[in-house]
Amino acid sequence: MNSSKSGFSYGIAGNYAALAAVPVPAMAENEVAPLNYFLHSYGPASMPTMHLGWVFVAILVVIFIIISLLLIWAVLHKHFAEDPRSMGREDQGMLWIYIGTGISTCILFAMAIYMLVTLNKVAKPTRAPALTMTVTGYDWWWKVEYEDNDPSRRFVTANEIHIPVGQPVLVKLKSADVIHAFWVPMLAGKTQMIPGLTNQQWIEADVEGVYLGQCTQYCGVQHAHMGLEVVAQKEDEFRIWQDAQSKAAATATDVNTGQKIFLDQCAGCHAIRGTEAVGAHAPDLTHLKSRRLIAGGLLTNTPDHLVQWITHAQELKPGARMPSMVLTAAEISALSAFLSTLN
Amino acid sequence: MTDAAQDTFDPSLIRVPEIGSAPIGSAAEICLTELWESAPGWRGWLSTVDHKTIGMRYLVTAFIFLLMGGVEALIMRLQLARPDQTLLTPEQYSQLFTMHGITMIFLYSLPILSGFSNYLWPLMLGSRDMAFPRLNALSYWIFLFAGIFLYASFPLGEAPNAGWFNYVPFAGLEYNTGPNIDVYALGMVLLGISTTVGAINFIVTLFRMRAPGMSIGRVPILVWGTLTAAVANVFAVPSVSLAFFLLWLDRQMGTHFFDVLNGGKPLLWQHLFWMFGHPWVYAIVLPAMGIVSDALPTFCRRPLVGYSAVALSTMATMLLGFGVWIHHMFATGLPALAMSFFGATSLVISIPSGVAVFAWIATIWLGRPVFNTPFLFFAGFVILFVIGGLSGVMTAAVPLDLQLNETYFIVAHLHYVLLGINVFPVVGGIYYWFPKFFGRMMNETLGKWSFWVMFIGFNLGFFPMHVAGLLGMPRRIYTYAPHMGWSTVNMVTSVGSFVFAAGILIFMVNMLVSLKRGVPATSNPWDAPTLEWAMPSPPPVYNFAVIPFIASRHPLWEDRLDEGAGRSSLDQGYLLMDGREMIGTTPLDAIPDVILKMPEDSYTPFFLGLFSALGFVGLLLHWQDFTVLMVLACSLSLMVWMWPRKALVQRVPDIKYDKGVAHG
Repeated sequence: MNSSKSGFSYGIAGNYAALAAVPVPAMAENEVAPLNYFLHSYGPASMPTMHLGWVFVAILVVIFIIISLLLIWAVLHKHFAEDPRSMGREDQGMLWIYIGTGISTCILFAMAIYMLVTLNKVAKPTRAPALTMTVTGYDWWWKVEYEDNDPSRRFVTANEIHIPVGQPVLVKLKSADVIHAFWVPMLAGKTQMIPGLTNQQWIEADVEGVYLGQCTQYCGVQHAHMGLEVVAQKEDEFRIWQDAQSKAAATATDVNTGQKIFLDQCAGCHAIRGTEAVGAHAPDLTHLKSRRLIAGGLLTNTPDHLVQWITHAQELKPGARMPSMVLTAAEISALSAFLSTLN
Repeated sequence: MTDAAQDTFDPSLIRVPEIGSAPIGSAAEICLTELWESAPGWRGWLSTVDHKTIGMRYLVTAFIFLLMGGVEALIMRLQLARPDQTLLTPEQYSQLFTMHGITMIFLYSLPILSGFSNYLWPLMLGSRDMAFPRLNALSYWIFLFAGIFLYASFPLGEAPNAGWFNYVPFAGLEYNTGPNIDVYALGMVLLGISTTVGAINFIVTLFRMRAPGMSIGRVPILVWGTLTAAVANVFAVPSVSLAFFLLWLDRQMGTHFFDVLNGGKPLLWQHLFWMFGHPWVYAIVLPAMGIVSDALPTFCRRPLVGYSAVALSTMATMLLGFGVWIHHMFATGLPALAMSFFGATSLVISIPSGVAVFAWIATIWLGRPVFNTPFLFFAGFVILFVIGGLSGVMTAAVPLDLQLNETYFIVAHLHYVLLGINVFPVVGGIYYWFPKFFGRMMNETLGKWSFWVMFIGFNLGFFPMHVAGLLGMPRRIYTYAPHMGWSTVNMVTSVGSFVFAAGILIFMVNMLVSLKRGVPATSNPWDAPTLEWAMPSPPPVYNFAVIPFIASRHPLWEDRLDEGAGRSSLDQGYLLMDGREMIGTTPLDAIPDVILKMPEDSYTPFFLGLFSALGFVGLLLHWQDFTVLMVLACSLSLMVWMWPRKALVQRVPDIKYDKGVAHG
């Protein structure tokens, strides 16, 4: 893989185009955990929190060591008693409590101030957001709607968010069913998506790359497989992607059989802009082929995986809303051919 | 506790109880045994109101629930030991983690502490029973039936499956159509009755049932802990009972409290749940901290350092504990200002905990520690308490919590708190009081083995969870992919959890072996200072042959401890044997002011509990006629319970009545 700045991060992937075909597991093998926010944060909405975490852990580890040593020392040091039956005086030892509690209180006070300063930093971006989108949680995938003043540039996609690098992005959070939580840990903390409410979260990536996200509020049997990706790109690359996504699907005529199967079997839930498929219960597939992952982050987007997912969804992701489709081999290849045109 | 007799005060009606002694074998002592003994066989078994029997039942039942919750955890750890395992289906996993949470939080951790307090309070306070013995029995029976109720749907594969926090709308009818959530909702309302009556019983007992002279500043810390927890429960439990009742109405009666489409608010559930949930956390650790504060000094051969500071910090923790519930909801999109307030309170709450930690360390430092098994558990507990408290500071920091929340870091934190601060003191407490409960010592060698295996297994199992959380592993996922980087920590955690389970197993073997073959215990085998050690082991049915007079915090150490001139009188005291009687004292100074007539054994608590549980079964299964019938049966049981009886009115033979009152 082509890591531009350093070798350790799943999050830092210089050339997105080159990455698109690489399956996720191979990419992340021998790499850090892709959700490891504690050591890897890449934006002003998460970096101050990471530093706060380091400072807190350092302070708390030192406190733990001191208290453990005190305890061990207290247990092991020689205890003298002139009269073995004597029980000591009750009022001794208050100095321990005064000093111990006094020092802890001062440390806590300082920590509280540092915490509040950090909260203030990550709560809001310093600049107006360059881009606004709405992400809606569904069981178990994410609908992404890009806003734009120009209605022709608004579009809907799923499970994959592209953002221009170095710019704050406002994400409005909604839920279509139960409570989910939007979490792209290397870019920001998590925020719940609550039905009937619109929450907000801002993200900003300093470094180009692919950042993994995950639902963190238990939302049903497939909560484990509700992932998303945020792809941070250079401004011009992002614009190209945006232009491509805002277009309707350009379907060729030689895949009509596959398109017909799609309209018969899939269009009740899935939509493809530019066709009669307008289902709204499942991910918009207009530019399916441009995505890196399918099945809510469970599988990489290869033709084989796509066929497996269509025919064995309930084995791969038990309880998912996607049924395991019963199709003949001919139907499958026609459908695949059609789906492969959705660039 | 009061009646008309007190309003029309007439000195001539006062009966002054006789003061004397009643050594074992004396006529008075035999008479007392007959008065307080329960009927033999199943009749006594169903009707007893003896706090010791009820306390032991609480302990045993809660321990069985601990084992059930533990087995559920082990099955989950097998599933998570390696990535992409398919041992469990996602639905089975959901039910397991939900039942694990419900079991450990509701059916184990508070009931086990109620068990200790029920058994020990009257012994520590110099009383012959709790203030309301029949209510005490009712509280146990309802707890038992609620536990069975909550488990009844498990074998059918329809157990609660929305997590113990049970967030709507996932727990609503639209997304959860089976009986799973109705079982949880009704079971919790039922259990709430048990907790509430139990809490009221503790509060009244503390303020009215102490031996003369045991002023409020002389009660053991366990009593402070349980009192604080009980007061908190009286305020916190209505919140959760209401939440579950509203949820049940939404699901079964078509109301819209949480129904988004009709203006309901899912956040309302979170507020109601956590307004209860957080105080509850303190309710299930403060009494356990009390166990340590009382028992640790015995093994340090000196009184606890800073008794007043520790008692006050206990209450301060609880008070602050009512103002931190939002820290469970930092990710719900609240304004930063509100979160700052609750984050800061959550940091401040560690100050009173610090007081207790320094008091324990100072006690060990200034004392002469004896390394018996209970001491190991209490000293080990201090380490775990510190780790749990410090990781709590991390989660209180709002921005950090927005990352840590709902990850395994929280799982690690809460297990350090609940296992470290509840299970370790509980097991240590059982080692400590086992001789008092059963008249036999537990085996020391097995005891030390059980401690080290538990302590190492616990840290091996739960410490890596912190790391898993920092690596971003979310909670409540039934499996994970190999490339997420969580495989090693999960394997270590699974191994550790089985080592911990082995430690629990050694402890259980030790209990069973010692029950049969343990060395017979004297009345005070540990040379402890508090009142429960003043009587034979196991205690006689009437607890105290004479009601003692208490002059200090450490009645059994007075000779060796300079606490003032006063000496407690344990052999000479009020005889009180006109039926089941106890002395009632004033709330703060414990000056005797009334003779309390205690009720005899009764079947009504059992039947009232049974009929209410069956009423809830009727509600669950929509058997309306049956439910109505059970409500009538409950009313009938209550009428029998409340029926005025001459035996409960204080009488001086044939002539006059004094101001003693019926109650119970």
